[in-house]
Amino acid sequence: MSNTATNSPSRVHVTIQNLCKEFGSIPLYKDFNLEIRKGKIVSVFGPNGCGKSTLINMVAGLMKIDSGQVLFDGKTLEQTKIGYVFQNYRDALFPWMTARDNIAYPLKRMGMDKAHVQKRVDELVELFEIKFNLKQYPYELSGGQQQTTSIMRALACEPEVLFLDEPFSALDFEMTLFIREKLQETNLKTNVTMVIVSHDLEDAVFLADQILLLTRRPTKIAALLDFEMARPRLAQSVSDPEFIKIKAQALEIFQREMHQQA
Amino acid sequence: MSLNILKRLLPLVGPAFLYLIWATAVSAKWVSATLLPAPSTTLGYMFHVFATGSIYPDLWSTIYRTFYAFIGASVIGVPLGVALGSSPPIYKSVEFLIDFFRSTPSSALIPLFMLIFGITDINKIAIAGFAAILVIVFNSAYGVMNAKKTRVMAAKTMGVSRFHIFKDVLLMESLPQTFIGLRTGISLALVIVIVAEMFIGSESGLGHRIIDAQQVFNIKDMYSSILVTGALGYLLNLMFMVVERRIIHWGGKA
Repeated sequence: MSNTATNSPSRVHVTIQNLCKEFGSIPLYKDFNLEIRKGKIVSVFGPNGCGKSTLINMVAGLMKIDSGQVLFDGKTLEQTKIGYVFQNYRDALFPWMTARDNIAYPLKRMGMDKAHVQKRVDELVELFEIKFNLKQYPYELSGGQQQTTSIMRALACEPEVLFLDEPFSALDFEMTLFIREKLQETNLKTNVTMVIVSHDLEDAVFLADQILLLTRRPTKIAALLDFEMARPRLAQSVSDPEFIKIKAQALEIFQREMHQQA
Repeated sequence: MSLNILKRLLPLVGPAFLYLIWATAVSAKWVSATLLPAPSTTLGYMFHVFATGSIYPDLWSTIYRTFYAFIGASVIGVPLGVALGSSPPIYKSVEFLIDFFRSTPSSALIPLFMLIFGITDINKIAIAGFAAILVIVFNSAYGVMNAKKTRVMAAKTMGVSRFHIFKDVLLMESLPQTFIGLRTGISLALVIVIVAEMFIGSESGLGHRIIDAQQVFNIKDMYSSILVTGALGYLLNLMFMVVERRIIHWGGKA
């Protein structure tokens, strides 16, 4: 892929340079470098404690980095619109607002007028084919509906990058299939770059254009696998030989890394 | 009778039981009738003071003192608590003071307040307000400190300003705990107002009425005034619970 043609659809979007992070003088990341291309979905996968969530939290500005820099199309985080979906949707949504007000909240705070907020929320409702009543409060919704709401909220302001921290880990299989499908659709329609942390290899592979496999700490890139299976991928794509092959390859690297002495 | 109706009557069992014990104790002469009038006599007297209106000035005095104390304490206490809670280092530096005075029975400070404010209404309101403000500050501060970090982070990723994170997230997060503080605060204010009315030269108030009735041995009036005081405390608490359930609809669910 060419990195020089800045206007090509696969130009570099997120650049992580010489990122360092220590936890109590034990290095977690040392001179870590990564480039994520525009509009791609990158899944982050690796052994327990290697800092998958820490990595996206640092990139999303939720955690301080010791040194190094992260740029989005050459801009800083402050100049960039991002979305973030948390693993624990119950603690991430605002229970004092209805689901609809939750989705509208970031737009309202951006200073968007009521009519436009209304329009944008309706767009998201259509994109996600929402059948449940958004006038309900988050605690009145099922887990899957809550996570759908929080994904819609994260997408509301049309972010350039969407970060998802184990978005499926608290959902049942049916909801996982639905949300996977919707994320893929969103990516195809809006070309938003996505970074997904997952502890489930199938989830990680399913959505990914690239699978980022990490080593034990101090964390390095074990491999960055390209997965170019055609989209949209369907639920049954997981039994496709192409899918099985890349999953096996990722598993092999993962196991090799797991057995490395820390 | 259906089981449902029986279940609804359960809260009445306790009071009915107390009434029976009380009535039996008097009629069986376990206690002297001069020290404890029969419950029917006491309740009858209570209706009488309401019917003639003789209790209203005292009831009103106690209510308005409690409310002034409570409102003063809330207006200062909630913002102060929220401000302290959003800055843990500052809270840590005053934590000892808050905990110390919270543990000191406010009634012990009545003589001090008399020195400052003299024997006035302001004095009673001030001491009750002082008692209430400490629990209000403490609870509001903890409400903010225990706010779910994920919600604050969620707002941060949306690029929301610090002021709006404070107003839209931290303040809302602290509300359930703040309400606990307010509810405890108003009960405490009532307690201190009653004590102050008893012991700081007072012309009115339920506390004054109770101590006066005791001095002249008007036992019926004393017991009925005690019951009215209890009912007032209960109603204040109930009122708060209703308001709380309406405003903090997510309490305990999220």
